[in-house]
Amino acid sequence: MNDINIQRRGFLKTSLGVATVVIAPGMLLFDMAHGKSQPVSGKVRWGMLIDTTQCREGCNDCVAACNKENGLSGGTNGQARSPLPNPLPQAGEGANDSLRETRLKSTDSQWIRKIELKDVSSGRELSLPMMCQHCEHPPCVDVCPTNASFKRADGIVLVDRHRCIGCRYCMMACPYKARSFVHEPLHDQNPDVPRGKGTVEACSLCVHRIDQGQQPACAEACPNKAILFGDLNDPESEIARKVGSVASVQVRADLRLNPGIRYQGL
Amino acid sequence: MRLLFASLLLCLCIPAVWAAETNMPKPDIGKGGQCVEDPQWMRKNHMHLLRHQRDETVRKGIRDERLSLKNCIECHASSKDDSVIARNDSFCVACHRYEAVKIDCFECHSGISKSAWLQRNAK
Repeated sequence: MNDINIQRRGFLKTSLGVATVVIAPGMLLFDMAHGKSQPVSGKVRWGMLIDTTQCREGCNDCVAACNKENGLSGGTNGQARSPLPNPLPQAGEGANDSLRETRLKSTDSQWIRKIELKDVSSGRELSLPMMCQHCEHPPCVDVCPTNASFKRADGIVLVDRHRCIGCRYCMMACPYKARSFVHEPLHDQNPDVPRGKGTVEACSLCVHRIDQGQQPACAEACPNKAILFGDLNDPESEIARKVGSVASVQVRADLRLNPGIRYQGL
Repeated sequence: MRLLFASLLLCLCIPAVWAAETNMPKPDIGKGGQCVEDPQWMRKNHMHLLRHQRDETVRKGIRDERLSLKNCIECHASSKDDSVIARNDSFCVACHRYEAVKIDCFECHSGISKSAWLQRNAK
């Protein structure tokens, strides 16, 4: 009897092991091929740690990567990067390129922008990227009359353009000036990033890339790796360990919105 | 009398069938195929699926490819111009013109298949 039981246990163990080996990769492949059929987890809190000491003045790579990934050029659609009608005097071709990149139409969307700061008393200069801070208590969500502005379970603050009526209350409420309004009809959008006239938009932390297990475009593009992206709630993640060991601040922490974007060396 | 009635009916039916055949939309279905439901069911109900799925995807992050607009476009984009909206006989436009129902989807969404868009925008 005992012998039979042991055999039975062994058989069950082996078959369970075989089943796991056979089924698990299949499920994984199915998930990859058919997209995620599960909602995002509330246990995750996506965030960024931006090391301002590594952020170079005049470098615009994160902004350019964001514009390319999300197809941002406002109403001009690709013409934004064509030669300017009256180019300002410049040192060389390179200067002209960067000028072209930074020069915006007043109606162009801007999801991320570079800010240059100078402490008047010490003369210390700083350069940092500023975008939607993905607050835990976002004021843009509070004021939205149609619930278009919302916070996803994993902490990403988004605009549901199906509901957005373009009232722009959220733009007024945001203390970080992070949101833009699309003024003109758009064409040839990235199939992963639908955008359209009459709605408000902002940094989505490249939600379409995150859902595919990739990093946001700006974090990937930064030549100095100044933008560290990850799950703030996972104690094993690089970002959580760094936030726990080095001094970092949230911009306008006095508002107690608990942004997911933190700055180091500010 | 019966003969007259029959001939009248025939006279009415023939043009009706003829007209129906000529005026019916003939959309360019692209690569086509059936991955959700049969065509007749889809003609009637595709909007409910898309409407349900869009909220699931945007608000909860459920990216089930089977019902995603992007995935529909991937197979139904015309093989001529990779689009579901570019011409009068494009997949979405043909029926929507016939039924006079305006589609808002493509005010924001791209009507071009992702693979074609990637090819066009590869530098």
